[in-house]
Amino acid sequence: MAVFQSLPQAISENLHAGDSVAFEGFTHLIPHAAAHEVIRQGIGGLTLIRMTPDVIYDQLIGMGLVKKLIFSYAGNPGVGLLRRLRDAVENDWPQPLELEEHSHAAMANAYEAGAAGLPLAVFRGYKGADLAKVNPNIKSVTCPFSGEVLAAVPSLRPDVAVIHAQKASKRGDVLIEGIVGVQKEAVLAAGRAIVTVEEVVEDFAEVHPNACVLPHWTVTAIAQVPGGAHPSYAHGYYERDNQSYLAWDEIAADRERFQAWMQDNVIAATPEDFAARVAKVRAAK
Amino acid sequence: MTEQSFTPDEMMTIAAARALGNDDVCFVGIGAPSAACNVARLTHAPDITLIYESGTIGTAPDVLPLSIGDGILCDTAVTTVSVPEMFRYWLQGGRITIGFLGAAQLDRFGNINTTVIGDYAKPKTRLPGGGGAPEIASSCGKIFITMKQSRRGMVEKIDFVTSFGHGAGGKAREKLGLTTKGPTLLITDLAVWKTDPESGEFVVASLHPGVTREQVQETCGWPARFNESVEETPPPSDLELTTLHDLKARTAAAHGKN
Repeated sequence: MAVFQSLPQAISENLHAGDSVAFEGFTHLIPHAAAHEVIRQGIGGLTLIRMTPDVIYDQLIGMGLVKKLIFSYAGNPGVGLLRRLRDAVENDWPQPLELEEHSHAAMANAYEAGAAGLPLAVFRGYKGADLAKVNPNIKSVTCPFSGEVLAAVPSLRPDVAVIHAQKASKRGDVLIEGIVGVQKEAVLAAGRAIVTVEEVVEDFAEVHPNACVLPHWTVTAIAQVPGGAHPSYAHGYYERDNQSYLAWDEIAADRERFQAWMQDNVIAATPEDFAARVAKVRAAK
Repeated sequence: MTEQSFTPDEMMTIAAARALGNDDVCFVGIGAPSAACNVARLTHAPDITLIYESGTIGTAPDVLPLSIGDGILCDTAVTTVSVPEMFRYWLQGGRITIGFLGAAQLDRFGNINTTVIGDYAKPKTRLPGGGGAPEIASSCGKIFITMKQSRRGMVEKIDFVTSFGHGAGGKAREKLGLTTKGPTLLITDLAVWKTDPESGEFVVASLHPGVTREQVQETCGWPARFNESVEETPPPSDLELTTLHDLKARTAAAHGKN
Protein backbone atom coordinates (compact mmCIF):
# COMPACT_ATOMS: atom_id res chain seq x y z
CA MET A 1 0.00 0.00 0.00
CA ALA A 2 1.58 3.26 -1.11
CA VAL A 3 2.71 5.62 1.64
CA PHE A 4 3.46 9.25 0.86
CA GLN A 5 6.82 10.16 2.37
CA SER A 6 9.69 12.54 1.99
CA LEU A 7 12.35 11.20 -0.38
CA PRO A 8 14.98 10.73 2.38
CA GLN A 9 12.46 8.74 4.40
CA ALA A 10 11.29 6.65 1.43
CA ILE A 11 14.89 5.70 0.61
CA SER A 12 16.08 5.02 4.17
CA GLU A 13 13.07 2.84 4.99
CA ASN A 14 13.10 0.78 1.80
CA LEU A 15 16.66 0.50 0.48
CA HIS A 16 19.32 -1.21 2.56
CA ALA A 17 23.03 -1.83 2.13
CA GLY A 18 23.64 -4.92 0.01
CA ASP A 19 20.24 -4.81 -1.74
CA SER A 20 19.70 -5.45 -5.42
CA VAL A 21 18.01 -2.40 -6.87
CA ALA A 22 16.73 -1.36 -10.30
CA PHE A 23 16.49 2.38 -11.01
CA GLU A 24 14.67 2.02 -14.31
CA GLY A 25 13.88 4.48 -17.07
CA PHE A 26 14.65 4.25 -20.75
CA THR A 27 16.24 7.68 -21.36
CA HIS A 28 12.91 9.12 -20.19
CA LEU A 29 11.87 9.47 -16.49
CA ILE A 30 15.20 8.42 -15.00
CA PRO A 31 15.00 8.75 -11.20
CA HIS A 32 17.96 11.09 -10.67
CA ALA A 33 16.73 12.65 -7.43
CA ALA A 34 16.22 9.23 -5.82
CA ALA A 35 19.71 8.07 -6.85
CA HIS A 36 21.22 11.25 -5.41
CA GLU A 37 19.42 10.59 -2.13
CA VAL A 38 20.96 7.09 -2.04
CA ILE A 39 24.38 8.68 -2.54
CA ARG A 40 23.77 11.19 0.27
CA GLN A 41 22.75 8.37 2.60
CA GLY A 42 25.81 6.35 1.52
CA ILE A 43 23.89 3.10 1.05
CA GLY A 44 26.55 0.76 -0.34
CA GLY A 45 27.32 -2.78 -1.42
CA LEU A 46 24.51 -2.52 -3.98
CA THR A 47 23.80 -4.74 -6.93
CA LEU A 48 22.50 -2.32 -9.54
CA ILE A 49 20.20 -3.59 -12.27
CA ARG A 50 19.23 -1.62 -15.35
CA MET A 51 18.97 -2.06 -19.10
CA THR A 52 20.61 1.27 -19.84
CA PRO A 53 22.82 2.38 -16.95
CA ASP A 54 23.70 6.00 -17.60
CA VAL A 55 24.70 9.03 -15.57
CA ILE A 56 23.18 8.03 -12.20
CA TYR A 57 24.85 4.63 -12.33
CA ASP A 58 28.12 6.31 -13.30
CA GLN A 59 27.67 8.45 -10.16
CA LEU A 60 26.77 5.58 -7.82
CA ILE A 61 29.71 3.51 -9.15
CA GLY A 62 32.14 6.43 -8.91
CA MET A 63 31.06 7.02 -5.30
CA GLY A 64 32.01 3.44 -4.43
CA LEU A 65 28.49 2.22 -3.58
CA VAL A 66 28.21 -0.56 -6.14
CA LYS A 67 29.42 -4.15 -5.94
CA LYS A 68 27.83 -5.57 -9.06
CA LEU A 69 26.10 -4.30 -12.18
CA ILE A 70 23.55 -6.27 -14.24
CA PHE A 71 23.00 -4.41 -17.51
CA SER A 72 22.68 -4.46 -21.28
CA TYR A 73 23.98 -1.07 -22.48
CA ALA A 74 26.21 1.15 -20.38
CA GLY A 75 26.61 4.47 -22.12
CA ASN A 76 25.88 8.16 -21.87
CA PRO A 77 22.99 8.18 -24.38
CA GLY A 78 23.98 9.94 -27.58
CA VAL A 79 27.24 11.16 -26.04
CA GLY A 80 29.56 8.22 -25.50
CA LEU A 81 31.02 6.05 -22.78
CA LEU A 82 30.49 6.13 -19.04
CA ARG A 83 33.84 7.23 -17.70
CA ARG A 84 33.37 6.35 -14.01
CA LEU A 85 32.13 2.89 -14.98
CA ARG A 86 35.12 2.49 -17.31
CA ASP A 87 37.50 3.52 -14.53
CA ALA A 88 35.95 0.88 -12.25
CA VAL A 89 36.11 -1.87 -14.88
CA GLU A 90 39.50 -0.99 -16.32
CA ASN A 91 41.32 0.22 -13.16
CA ASP A 92 39.23 -1.02 -10.19
CA TRP A 93 38.67 2.62 -9.10
CA PRO A 94 37.32 3.32 -6.53
CA GLN A 95 36.73 -0.43 -6.18
CA PRO A 96 36.33 -3.46 -8.44
CA LEU A 97 32.97 -3.83 -10.16
CA GLU A 98 31.48 -7.19 -11.05
CA LEU A 99 29.59 -7.21 -14.33
CA GLU A 100 26.73 -9.42 -15.49
CA GLU A 101 26.11 -8.38 -19.05
CA HIS A 102 23.09 -9.14 -21.22
CA SER A 103 21.35 -7.86 -24.33
CA HIS A 104 18.30 -5.57 -24.17
CA ALA A 105 16.05 -8.40 -25.33
CA ALA A 106 17.31 -10.59 -22.48
CA MET A 107 16.85 -7.90 -19.81
CA ALA A 108 13.39 -6.90 -21.05
CA ASN A 109 12.30 -10.53 -21.09
CA ALA A 110 13.87 -11.13 -17.66
CA TYR A 111 11.96 -8.23 -16.07
CA GLU A 112 8.75 -9.43 -17.67
CA ALA A 113 9.40 -12.94 -16.35
CA GLY A 114 10.04 -11.47 -12.90
CA ALA A 115 6.75 -9.59 -13.04
CA ALA A 116 5.04 -12.78 -14.20
CA GLY A 117 6.43 -14.76 -11.26
CA LEU A 118 8.47 -17.07 -13.48
CA PRO A 119 11.97 -18.29 -12.63
CA LEU A 120 13.35 -17.74 -16.13
CA ALA A 121 12.80 -15.91 -19.39
CA VAL A 122 12.83 -17.74 -22.72
CA PHE A 123 13.39 -15.94 -25.99
CA ARG A 124 15.07 -16.22 -29.39
CA GLY A 125 18.40 -14.54 -28.88
CA TYR A 126 22.17 -14.50 -28.42
CA LYS A 127 22.64 -16.47 -31.65
CA GLY A 128 26.38 -16.47 -32.36
CA ALA A 129 26.98 -13.77 -29.74
CA ASP A 130 30.05 -13.94 -27.50
CA LEU A 131 28.13 -12.71 -24.43
CA ALA A 132 26.90 -16.29 -23.98
CA LYS A 133 30.57 -17.32 -23.51
CA VAL A 134 31.34 -14.79 -20.77
CA ASN A 135 28.05 -14.74 -18.84
CA PRO A 136 27.23 -18.11 -17.18
CA ASN A 137 23.64 -16.89 -16.66
CA ILE A 138 23.01 -17.15 -20.39
CA LYS A 139 21.87 -20.68 -21.12
CA SER A 140 19.53 -22.41 -23.56
CA VAL A 141 16.42 -24.56 -23.44
CA THR A 142 14.88 -26.76 -26.07
CA CYS A 143 11.24 -26.14 -26.87
CA PRO A 144 9.33 -29.34 -25.95
CA PHE A 145 6.90 -28.77 -28.82
CA SER A 146 8.99 -27.63 -31.77
CA GLY A 147 12.51 -28.69 -30.75
CA GLU A 148 13.80 -25.15 -31.33
CA VAL A 149 16.75 -24.20 -29.12
CA LEU A 150 16.01 -20.90 -27.38
CA ALA A 151 17.98 -18.62 -25.08
CA ALA A 152 17.19 -18.69 -21.35
CA VAL A 153 18.18 -16.24 -18.63
CA PRO A 154 17.10 -16.04 -14.99
CA SER A 155 14.20 -13.70 -14.32
CA LEU A 156 15.02 -10.37 -12.66
CA ARG A 157 13.53 -9.94 -9.19
CA PRO A 158 15.20 -6.95 -7.59
CA ASP A 159 14.79 -6.28 -3.87
CA VAL A 160 13.79 -2.75 -4.78
CA ALA A 161 12.65 -0.91 -7.92
CA VAL A 162 12.97 2.87 -8.08
CA ILE A 163 11.18 4.87 -10.77
CA HIS A 164 10.10 8.43 -11.52
CA ALA A 165 6.60 9.07 -12.89
CA GLN A 166 4.47 12.04 -13.91
CA LYS A 167 1.61 11.77 -11.44
CA ALA A 168 0.31 10.06 -8.37
CA SER A 169 -3.31 10.29 -7.32
CA LYS A 170 -4.06 11.09 -3.67
CA ARG A 171 -4.80 7.41 -3.20
CA GLY A 172 -1.29 6.52 -4.44
CA ASP A 173 -2.00 5.20 -7.94
CA VAL A 174 0.87 6.11 -10.26
CA LEU A 175 0.59 7.27 -13.89
CA ILE A 176 3.43 6.84 -16.40
CA GLU A 177 3.10 8.49 -19.83
CA GLY A 178 5.23 8.74 -22.96
CA ILE A 179 8.12 6.34 -23.38
CA VAL A 180 7.11 3.88 -20.66
CA GLY A 181 10.23 1.72 -20.96
CA VAL A 182 10.32 -1.25 -18.63
CA GLN A 183 9.21 0.51 -15.44
CA LYS A 184 5.91 -1.31 -14.97
CA GLU A 185 7.67 -4.67 -15.27
CA ALA A 186 10.47 -3.57 -12.91
CA VAL A 187 7.99 -2.46 -10.24
CA LEU A 188 5.92 -5.64 -10.50
CA ALA A 189 9.08 -7.80 -10.42
CA ALA A 190 10.50 -6.10 -7.31
CA GLY A 191 9.95 -6.76 -3.63
CA ARG A 192 9.47 -3.06 -2.85
CA ALA A 193 8.89 -0.07 -5.12
CA ILE A 194 9.84 3.56 -4.51
CA VAL A 195 8.30 6.13 -6.85
CA THR A 196 9.08 9.81 -7.18
CA VAL A 197 6.46 11.92 -9.00
CA GLU A 198 6.19 15.36 -10.53
CA GLU A 199 2.82 16.07 -8.94
CA VAL A 200 0.04 14.63 -6.82
CA VAL A 201 -3.49 15.06 -8.19
CA GLU A 202 -6.92 14.40 -6.74
CA ASP A 203 -7.69 11.34 -8.91
CA PHE A 204 -7.19 9.89 -12.40
CA ALA A 205 -10.78 10.43 -13.57
CA GLU A 206 -9.53 12.19 -16.73
CA VAL A 207 -6.95 9.55 -17.59
CA HIS A 208 -7.38 7.38 -20.70
CA PRO A 209 -8.74 3.91 -19.80
CA ASN A 210 -5.70 2.15 -21.28
CA ALA A 211 -3.08 4.37 -19.68
CA CYS A 212 -0.09 2.86 -17.89
CA VAL A 213 -1.20 3.05 -14.25
CA LEU A 214 0.40 1.22 -11.33
CA PRO A 215 -2.34 0.70 -8.69
CA HIS A 216 -1.47 2.01 -5.23
CA TRP A 217 -1.21 -1.49 -3.78
CA THR A 218 1.76 -2.28 -6.09
CA VAL A 219 3.80 0.66 -4.80
CA THR A 220 5.55 0.90 -1.43
CA ALA A 221 6.47 4.57 -1.12
CA ILE A 222 5.78 7.75 -3.08
CA ALA A 223 7.72 11.00 -2.77
CA GLN A 224 6.79 14.11 -4.68
CA VAL A 225 9.96 15.57 -6.23
CA PRO A 226 9.24 18.09 -9.01
CA GLY A 227 12.06 17.95 -11.55
CA GLY A 228 13.23 14.67 -10.03
CA ALA A 229 14.23 13.17 -13.38
CA HIS A 230 16.57 16.01 -14.41
CA PRO A 231 18.64 15.96 -16.64
CA SER A 232 16.42 13.19 -17.99
CA TYR A 233 12.91 14.40 -18.80
CA ALA A 234 9.30 14.01 -17.82
CA HIS A 235 7.03 13.94 -20.86
CA GLY A 236 4.54 16.79 -20.61
CA TYR A 237 6.54 18.58 -17.88
CA TYR A 238 10.04 19.36 -19.10
CA GLU A 239 12.42 18.35 -21.86
CA ARG A 240 15.64 16.40 -21.73
CA ASP A 241 18.54 18.66 -20.74
CA ASN A 242 20.91 17.42 -23.42
CA GLN A 243 23.57 19.97 -22.46
CA SER A 244 23.90 18.35 -19.03
CA TYR A 245 24.54 14.97 -20.63
CA LEU A 246 27.21 16.51 -22.83
CA ALA A 247 28.75 18.25 -19.79
CA TRP A 248 28.77 15.00 -17.81
CA ASP A 249 31.24 13.53 -20.30
CA GLU A 250 33.80 16.13 -19.21
CA ILE A 251 32.98 16.10 -15.51
CA ALA A 252 33.28 12.32 -15.30
CA ALA A 253 36.53 12.22 -17.28
CA ASP A 254 38.60 13.25 -14.25
CA ARG A 255 38.42 11.68 -10.76
CA GLU A 256 38.93 14.92 -8.83
CA ARG A 257 36.59 16.94 -10.96
CA PHE A 258 33.99 14.20 -10.54
CA GLN A 259 34.37 14.22 -6.76
CA ALA A 260 34.15 18.01 -6.56
CA TRP A 261 31.02 17.99 -8.74
CA MET A 262 29.39 15.31 -6.58
CA GLN A 263 30.18 17.29 -3.44
CA ASP A 264 28.63 20.49 -4.79
CA ASN A 265 25.66 19.07 -6.69
CA VAL A 266 24.70 15.96 -4.76
CA ILE A 267 26.18 15.76 -1.26
CA ALA A 268 25.51 19.41 -0.48
CA ALA A 269 22.17 19.47 -2.32
CA THR A 270 18.60 18.41 -1.50
CA PRO A 271 15.67 16.89 -3.42
CA GLU A 272 14.10 20.35 -3.50
CA ASP A 273 16.96 21.62 -5.72
CA PHE A 274 15.63 19.65 -8.69
CA ALA A 275 12.70 22.01 -9.30
CA ALA A 276 15.06 24.89 -10.10
CA ARG A 277 17.20 22.70 -12.36
CA VAL A 278 14.29 22.08 -14.73
CA ALA A 279 13.14 25.71 -14.87
CA LYS A 280 15.15 26.30 -18.06
CA VAL A 281 13.96 23.12 -19.85
CA ARG A 282 10.43 23.61 -18.58
CA ALA A 283 10.33 27.07 -20.11
CA ALA A 284 11.63 25.64 -23.38
CA LYS A 285 8.64 23.34 -23.64
CA MET B 1 40.76 15.77 -57.28
CA THR B 2 38.45 18.68 -57.75
CA GLU B 3 36.78 20.51 -54.89
CA GLN B 4 33.48 18.91 -53.94
CA SER B 5 30.38 20.55 -52.57
CA PHE B 6 29.85 17.80 -50.00
CA THR B 7 31.91 16.06 -47.30
CA PRO B 8 32.66 12.32 -47.12
CA ASP B 9 30.40 12.19 -44.06
CA GLU B 10 27.51 13.71 -45.98
CA MET B 11 28.07 11.31 -48.87
CA MET B 12 27.98 8.42 -46.39
CA THR B 13 24.69 9.53 -44.85
CA ILE B 14 23.08 10.13 -48.23
CA ALA B 15 24.30 6.84 -49.73
CA ALA B 16 22.92 5.07 -46.66
CA ALA B 17 19.60 6.89 -46.97
CA ARG B 18 19.24 5.73 -50.57
CA ALA B 19 19.35 2.09 -49.46
CA LEU B 20 16.03 2.48 -47.64
CA GLY B 21 12.65 2.18 -49.32
CA ASN B 22 9.20 3.58 -48.70
CA ASP B 23 7.82 0.20 -47.59
CA ASP B 24 10.61 -0.61 -45.16
CA VAL B 25 10.14 -1.04 -41.43
CA CYS B 26 13.47 -0.02 -40.04
CA PHE B 27 14.95 -0.47 -36.57
CA VAL B 28 17.17 2.59 -36.19
CA GLY B 29 20.46 2.68 -34.30
CA ILE B 30 21.54 6.01 -32.86
CA GLY B 31 24.16 8.22 -34.55
CA ALA B 32 24.92 7.80 -38.25
CA PRO B 33 22.04 5.35 -38.90
CA SER B 34 19.55 7.81 -37.39
CA ALA B 35 20.65 10.60 -39.71
CA ALA B 36 20.46 8.33 -42.76
CA CYS B 37 17.03 6.97 -41.91
CA ASN B 38 15.58 10.43 -41.42
CA VAL B 39 17.09 11.76 -44.65
CA ALA B 40 15.41 8.83 -46.42
CA ARG B 41 12.11 9.72 -44.77
CA LEU B 42 12.46 13.39 -45.74
CA THR B 43 13.36 12.64 -49.38
CA HIS B 44 12.37 9.52 -51.34
CA ALA B 45 10.76 7.39 -48.60
CA PRO B 46 8.13 9.55 -46.85
CA ASP B 47 6.13 6.53 -45.66
CA ILE B 48 9.02 4.52 -44.22
CA THR B 49 8.37 3.21 -40.71
CA LEU B 50 11.17 4.16 -38.35
CA ILE B 51 11.38 2.33 -35.04
CA TYR B 52 13.67 3.22 -32.14
CA GLU B 53 14.27 0.66 -29.41
CA SER B 54 12.70 2.92 -26.78
CA GLY B 55 9.37 1.66 -28.10
CA THR B 56 8.49 4.42 -30.57
CA ILE B 57 6.96 2.98 -33.74
CA GLY B 58 6.50 5.02 -36.91
CA THR B 59 8.27 8.07 -35.57
CA ALA B 60 8.96 11.20 -37.63
CA PRO B 61 11.22 13.53 -35.64
CA ASP B 62 11.73 17.05 -36.94
CA VAL B 63 15.27 17.07 -35.52
CA LEU B 64 17.67 14.20 -34.91
CA PRO B 65 17.33 12.84 -31.38
CA LEU B 66 20.43 12.88 -29.19
CA SER B 67 19.36 9.60 -27.61
CA ILE B 68 17.11 6.72 -28.67
CA GLY B 69 14.53 7.93 -26.17
CA ASP B 70 14.18 11.68 -26.80
CA GLY B 71 10.65 13.01 -26.30
CA ILE B 72 10.29 14.04 -29.93
CA LEU B 73 10.34 10.37 -30.96
CA CYS B 74 7.30 9.67 -28.80
CA ASP B 75 5.54 12.93 -29.77
CA THR B 76 5.71 12.05 -33.48
CA ALA B 77 5.19 8.27 -33.29
CA VAL B 78 2.17 6.33 -34.50
CA THR B 79 2.32 4.48 -31.20
CA THR B 80 4.73 4.01 -28.30
CA VAL B 81 4.95 0.58 -26.73
CA SER B 82 6.81 -0.76 -23.71
CA VAL B 83 10.35 -2.01 -24.15
CA PRO B 84 9.48 -5.68 -23.52
CA GLU B 85 6.74 -5.43 -26.14
CA MET B 86 9.20 -3.83 -28.57
CA PHE B 87 11.65 -6.68 -28.28
CA ARG B 88 9.10 -9.51 -28.08
CA TYR B 89 6.27 -8.70 -30.46
CA TRP B 90 7.91 -6.37 -32.93
CA LEU B 91 11.55 -7.45 -33.19
CA GLN B 92 11.40 -11.15 -32.24
CA GLY B 93 7.99 -11.41 -33.90
CA GLY B 94 9.65 -10.74 -37.24
CA ARG B 95 7.92 -7.44 -38.07
CA ILE B 96 11.06 -5.50 -38.93
CA THR B 97 12.58 -5.61 -42.42
CA ILE B 98 15.83 -3.73 -41.83
CA GLY B 99 18.06 -3.20 -38.83
CA PHE B 100 20.40 -0.24 -39.28
CA LEU B 101 23.48 -0.43 -37.07
CA GLY B 102 26.74 1.38 -36.45
CA ALA B 103 29.87 -0.37 -35.22
CA ALA B 104 32.97 0.33 -33.14
CA GLN B 105 34.76 -2.65 -34.66
CA LEU B 106 33.68 -4.56 -37.76
CA ASP B 107 35.12 -7.48 -39.69
CA ARG B 108 34.69 -8.38 -43.37
CA PHE B 109 31.82 -10.75 -42.55
CA GLY B 110 29.75 -8.08 -40.84
CA ASN B 111 30.34 -9.30 -37.29
CA ILE B 112 30.19 -6.29 -34.98
CA ASN B 113 31.94 -5.48 -31.70
CA THR B 114 30.56 -2.75 -29.45
CA THR B 115 31.50 -4.47 -26.17
CA VAL B 116 35.23 -4.30 -25.38
CA ILE B 117 38.57 -3.56 -26.96
CA GLY B 118 41.01 -6.14 -25.62
CA ASP B 119 40.19 -9.00 -23.28
CA TYR B 120 36.63 -9.15 -21.89
CA ALA B 121 37.69 -9.75 -18.27
CA LYS B 122 40.39 -7.05 -18.32
CA PRO B 123 39.56 -4.78 -21.23
CA LYS B 124 41.76 -2.06 -22.63
CA THR B 125 38.60 -0.08 -23.38
CA ARG B 126 35.20 -0.89 -21.98
CA LEU B 127 32.62 0.08 -24.63
CA PRO B 128 28.88 0.48 -23.88
CA GLY B 129 27.91 -3.05 -24.90
CA GLY B 130 25.35 -4.58 -27.19
CA GLY B 131 22.06 -3.04 -26.12
CA GLY B 132 19.52 -4.19 -28.66
CA ALA B 133 22.06 -5.11 -31.32
CA PRO B 134 22.55 -8.88 -30.74
CA GLU B 135 18.86 -9.58 -31.43
CA ILE B 136 18.48 -6.82 -34.02
CA ALA B 137 21.25 -8.60 -35.94
CA SER B 138 19.44 -11.94 -35.78
CA SER B 139 15.74 -10.96 -35.99
CA CYS B 140 15.53 -8.20 -38.63
CA GLY B 141 15.05 -9.30 -42.24
CA LYS B 142 18.42 -7.85 -43.17
CA ILE B 143 21.08 -5.62 -41.67
CA PHE B 144 22.65 -2.46 -43.03
CA ILE B 145 25.78 -1.12 -41.36
CA THR B 146 27.19 2.37 -41.62
CA MET B 147 30.52 3.61 -40.25
CA LYS B 148 33.54 5.70 -41.16
CA GLN B 149 36.44 3.70 -42.50
CA SER B 150 39.54 3.35 -40.34
CA ARG B 151 42.09 0.65 -39.58
CA ARG B 152 40.99 0.75 -35.95
CA GLY B 153 37.37 0.18 -36.87
CA MET B 154 37.52 -2.17 -39.85
CA VAL B 155 39.74 -4.98 -38.64
CA GLU B 156 40.90 -8.45 -39.63
CA LYS B 157 39.57 -9.92 -36.37
CA ILE B 158 37.23 -8.24 -33.91
CA ASP B 159 37.96 -8.58 -30.17
CA PHE B 160 34.40 -9.64 -29.23
CA VAL B 161 31.40 -10.72 -31.28
CA THR B 162 28.64 -8.52 -29.89
CA SER B 163 26.37 -9.03 -32.90
CA PHE B 164 26.70 -11.96 -35.25
CA GLY B 165 26.97 -11.22 -38.96
CA HIS B 166 28.16 -14.02 -41.20
CA GLY B 167 30.53 -15.55 -38.63
CA ALA B 168 33.55 -17.01 -40.42
CA GLY B 169 31.67 -16.68 -43.71
CA GLY B 170 29.83 -19.04 -46.03
CA LYS B 171 26.74 -20.67 -44.55
CA ALA B 172 27.53 -19.71 -40.93
CA ARG B 173 24.09 -18.21 -40.32
CA GLU B 174 22.26 -21.21 -41.70
CA LYS B 175 24.29 -23.52 -39.46
CA LEU B 176 23.17 -21.53 -36.40
CA GLY B 177 19.55 -21.87 -37.46
CA LEU B 178 19.20 -18.22 -38.43
CA THR B 179 16.67 -17.64 -41.17
CA THR B 180 17.26 -13.91 -41.64
CA LYS B 181 19.75 -12.52 -44.16
CA GLY B 182 22.13 -10.71 -41.81
CA PRO B 183 24.39 -7.92 -43.06
CA THR B 184 23.88 -7.22 -46.76
CA LEU B 185 25.20 -3.69 -47.05
CA LEU B 186 27.99 -1.57 -45.59
CA ILE B 187 28.00 2.14 -46.31
CA THR B 188 31.16 4.02 -45.37
CA ASP B 189 32.49 7.52 -45.99
CA LEU B 190 34.41 6.15 -48.99
CA ALA B 191 32.35 3.40 -50.58
CA VAL B 192 29.28 1.21 -50.71
CA TRP B 193 30.07 -2.44 -49.97
CA LYS B 194 27.68 -5.32 -50.66
CA THR B 195 27.82 -8.77 -49.13
CA ASP B 196 28.90 -11.55 -51.51
CA PRO B 197 26.09 -14.09 -51.07
CA GLU B 198 28.51 -17.03 -51.38
CA SER B 199 31.38 -16.03 -49.09
CA GLY B 200 29.45 -13.66 -46.81
CA GLU B 201 32.20 -11.11 -47.26
CA PHE B 202 31.81 -7.39 -47.99
CA VAL B 203 32.86 -6.44 -51.54
CA VAL B 204 33.15 -2.85 -52.77
CA ALA B 205 30.30 -2.18 -55.20
CA SER B 206 30.77 1.56 -55.68
CA LEU B 207 33.32 4.22 -54.76
CA HIS B 208 32.12 7.65 -53.75
CA PRO B 209 33.05 10.44 -56.19
CA GLY B 210 36.79 11.15 -56.15
CA VAL B 211 37.68 8.16 -53.95
CA THR B 212 40.39 5.73 -55.09
CA ARG B 213 40.79 2.01 -54.41
CA GLU B 214 44.02 2.83 -52.58
CA GLN B 215 42.17 5.09 -50.13
CA VAL B 216 39.68 2.32 -49.41
CA GLN B 217 42.47 -0.17 -48.73
CA GLU B 218 44.54 2.25 -46.59
CA THR B 219 41.63 2.67 -44.21
CA CYS B 220 40.56 -0.96 -44.06
CA GLY B 221 42.27 -3.61 -41.94
CA TRP B 222 41.41 -6.55 -44.18
CA PRO B 223 42.40 -7.07 -47.83
CA ALA B 224 39.58 -5.23 -49.60
CA ARG B 225 37.81 -7.01 -52.44
CA PHE B 226 36.33 -5.03 -55.31
CA ASN B 227 33.50 -5.96 -57.63
CA GLU B 228 34.52 -6.72 -61.20
CA SER B 229 32.83 -3.52 -62.27
CA VAL B 230 33.14 -0.97 -59.49
CA GLU B 231 30.82 1.92 -60.10
CA GLU B 232 30.91 5.50 -58.92
CA THR B 233 28.34 6.33 -56.24
CA PRO B 234 26.11 9.04 -57.72
CA PRO B 235 26.96 12.33 -55.96
CA PRO B 236 24.36 13.82 -53.62
CA SER B 237 21.55 15.63 -55.40
CA ASP B 238 20.69 19.19 -54.39
CA LEU B 239 17.56 17.90 -52.67
CA GLU B 240 19.46 15.26 -50.68
CA LEU B 241 22.15 17.69 -49.61
CA THR B 242 19.75 20.47 -48.71
CA THR B 243 17.59 18.05 -46.73
CA LEU B 244 20.61 16.83 -44.76
CA HIS B 245 21.93 20.38 -44.15
CA ASP B 246 18.51 21.57 -42.96
CA LEU B 247 18.09 18.56 -40.69
CA LYS B 248 21.50 19.15 -39.12
CA ALA B 249 20.85 22.88 -38.69
CA ARG B 250 17.49 22.21 -36.99
CA THR B 251 19.18 19.60 -34.80
CA ALA B 252 21.99 21.95 -33.76
CA ALA B 253 19.48 24.69 -32.93
CA ALA B 254 17.38 22.28 -30.86
CA HIS B 255 20.21 20.72 -28.88
CA GLY B 256 22.18 23.93 -28.37
CA LYS B 257 25.85 24.27 -29.14
CA ASN B 258 27.80 21.04 -29.50
